[in-house]
Amino acid sequence: MITPPPITEQARAPHILLQQSWWWLARRRFSHQGGAWRLVSVVIALLAALPLLMLLPAWLTAEDEIWRHLADTLLVSLLRNTAVLILGVGLGVFVIGVGLAWLTAMCEFPGRRIFDWALMLPLGIPTYVLAFVAIGFLDFSGPVQSTLRSLFATDMGTGTLWFPPIRSEGGVIAVMVLALYPYVYMLARAAFLGQGRNVVESGRVLGLNPWQAFFRISLPMARPAITAGVALALMETLADFGAVAIFNYDTFTTALYKAWFDLFNLAAAAQLSTLLLLFVALALAGERRSRGRARFYGSGKRPNAPRYQLTGKHAWLASGSAALVLTLAFIIPVAQLAVWTATTGMADFDARYMEFVSHTLLLGVIGALLTLTCALLLATIHKQWPDRITRYSTQLATLGYAMPGAVLAVGIMLLFTWIDKGIDRGIYAFTGGTTGLLLSSSVIALLFAYVVRFLAVAHGPVESALERITPSIQQAARSLGAGHREVLWRVYLPILRPGLLTAVLLVFVDIMKEMPATLLLRPFDWDTLAVRIFEMTSEGEWERAALPALTLVLVGLIPVILLVRHSGK
Amino acid sequence: MTHLKFSVLGIALCGWLALVTGAQAADDLVVYSARNEQLIKPLFDAYQKETGTHIKFLTGKEGPLLERLKAEGARTPADILMTVDAGNLWQAAQSGLLAKVDSKILNENIPAHLRDPEGQWYGLSVRARTIVYNTKKVKPADLSSYEALGDAKWQGRLCLRSSKKVYNQSMVAMMIAHNGEAKTEAVVKSWVKNLATTPFSDDDSLLAALAAGQCDVGIVNSYYFGRFKHKTPDAPVNIFWSNQASNGVHVNVSGAGVTQHAKHHDAAVKFIEWLSSDKAQSLFADANLEFPANPKVAAAPLVASWGPFKQDTINLAEAGKLQGKAVMLMDRAGYK
Repeated sequence: MITPPPITEQARAPHILLQQSWWWLARRRFSHQGGAWRLVSVVIALLAALPLLMLLPAWLTAEDEIWRHLADTLLVSLLRNTAVLILGVGLGVFVIGVGLAWLTAMCEFPGRRIFDWALMLPLGIPTYVLAFVAIGFLDFSGPVQSTLRSLFATDMGTGTLWFPPIRSEGGVIAVMVLALYPYVYMLARAAFLGQGRNVVESGRVLGLNPWQAFFRISLPMARPAITAGVALALMETLADFGAVAIFNYDTFTTALYKAWFDLFNLAAAAQLSTLLLLFVALALAGERRSRGRARFYGSGKRPNAPRYQLTGKHAWLASGSAALVLTLAFIIPVAQLAVWTATTGMADFDARYMEFVSHTLLLGVIGALLTLTCALLLATIHKQWPDRITRYSTQLATLGYAMPGAVLAVGIMLLFTWIDKGIDRGIYAFTGGTTGLLLSSSVIALLFAYVVRFLAVAHGPVESALERITPSIQQAARSLGAGHREVLWRVYLPILRPGLLTAVLLVFVDIMKEMPATLLLRPFDWDTLAVRIFEMTSEGEWERAALPALTLVLVGLIPVILLVRHSGK
Repeated sequence: MTHLKFSVLGIALCGWLALVTGAQAADDLVVYSARNEQLIKPLFDAYQKETGTHIKFLTGKEGPLLERLKAEGARTPADILMTVDAGNLWQAAQSGLLAKVDSKILNENIPAHLRDPEGQWYGLSVRARTIVYNTKKVKPADLSSYEALGDAKWQGRLCLRSSKKVYNQSMVAMMIAHNGEAKTEAVVKSWVKNLATTPFSDDDSLLAALAAGQCDVGIVNSYYFGRFKHKTPDAPVNIFWSNQASNGVHVNVSGAGVTQHAKHHDAAVKFIEWLSSDKAQSLFADANLEFPANPKVAAAPLVASWGPFKQDTINLAEAGKLQGKAVMLMDRAGYK
């Protein structure tokens, strides 16, 4: 019988080696599976979710009275109105945004070159400004109806002249569609251009007519981009308070602000807003699920097949509809603002305007770059390691856009004052001095708010641009020995550039228009153009708000023009 | 190594941003205000000229501004809270954000019904919320009170602003204080029945609709009427002092209080006292075509030309107390 040899030190050595290498292997596996990077996306998501988490304790108190009151009186009509608004705006931005994007990206008609970029301009006009201009222009006492009355009816206001009422369900939907379609337009346009016309051309060679080519090839391929655009428009619709208040159209946000501002119950408002977020999260998850695993890859090359040459009736129809949208959404509002500025607004113009503009620009640029960085990280990490962790992180991080602005602002303010108090206590314990409130009254809180609010806006274009990076590109790069970072910088970035530009532009303009967070979190003497607009409009002085609003639009044009110069050819 | 450099750089940048934009001079008086900049800055400038005291201020919406004050607690830089509407002032006092002030000057200058019984806030300018009418279609003799606007003869002729505006909430709250809830609800319901069109989002649009003939009567704040008349002197619109035969026209204030944790309590009181003085009162009220809260000070000529009126003298704190009830009542009555 052979007895096993006694275990000597030498014999145990491989075992120790194995034990040591367990750590090494784990680390290797961690980094190979993108552990560190995935951690980054989790951290971004948690940071973005912090202000939302600050509101969760609201559920600890039962706000029975308000809930019962809402259920007894408004809830049914609020939910109905919100549903109608969502459907109307969703359909409207889809038809106008996708339709115009298809026309400018794929067809040739008179004025196409101008419409191509001009149709992005309405982005610079805040929804509440468009709402007010539309009502001022088209309501009973406005110039249009007054003129018609003086032409056709001798006695004023006898009700003989029928005119569609602007302050109505149709009116609020129309205004929101005109203000928000650029999101869809820009994303769909980038997607159509990215597909290249070759794909559609192949379809036509295989016997499809242009309509079939559009519905059976272009549309499905652009689905991620279009969905992202429509989702942005709808999230903004859900969170909107300014425009619906001007129309006195009660939606879910109305109930939320009623609870807070009128009944002084922030807890109930926080409860309502978490419900809103839950709804948005479920809707977005549902869409993703229905999209399934299908992935669409374009040729990735610049378009090369010729555009569809529209002629005759079709050409005029195309030019006419683009011109109509542009006129309603941009030319008329800007003209009205210019008239107001000329008549009453110029008196307010003083040296401080340079300051307002520079603050607006500075916050816009820094905020947009920060937001883009976070969105790019989230999207590329998810692309590289598409598992549950990165997916949920991304979804969590992009919820802030559906949050009504003032509620989000308060969440962030609570977060930062809480941190500040901690810092102050710490400093006091060590030095006996006091820092007061450090972060909550600085631009850091404000920039943080912008990132949380607009991550979704940057993420949409970035993600749909990423769709254009095919697995084969990635594999080729990796097989040529490129590391993760090299893939990112040398392969992804050049392909992504149009998408990144779109993202930066959207966020930049959105930050400039942003009002509730800027109002609450700006440092002393850091007024922006949006703050000016608020000061004037909160007491109904719309004519005096025209100067800052017009300035905002003009400043917002700068990035649009830059974008056009970069991607125009 | 580069990571470390980047983080150090980032932290340094954050610190610099925080210090540059977050820090403030220690001896400035700090005001949080829901009254707009264009209406308060001239006063701050005048005060600095007179006393050398520099005032820093932050404007914003009432609700979020109150939350900010609450969250900052004892560390708040704010010495004074200024806001419009008694309901908001009452709410701030109720949340323990305002300090009790006992000032002989203020008690003398500001009538008792325009300030908090406990001295936590003081009304500084007065606006009347009253009836306006189209002079081509309505004679002043047809008008009497808010309640009477529910009469059948106004069917399809009444314009109202949204019930979401605090001015209407305070007005209805004061009606509850006078007439009780049941009667007020009946009145509001009769208003809704008489509406010519959906409630407006602001008083200016209401006045424009009135002038254009979309409706014949409406309810607005006196200064909106003043502004409208100033802009379009020929518009066929006039103002009517409501409820003169009963409890008087509903008035409201914009006002101020010293914060609970003010670092410059005495200087803050002094500033509010100055605001109630003759000179500042004209400046304060005239900037927005309001009435001075100090009865010894005359209103601007345009405002004075509307004639004297009897005002409701129930303490405005009632408006705050009953605001919640008023909001729910209007919801029940279908007043959007």
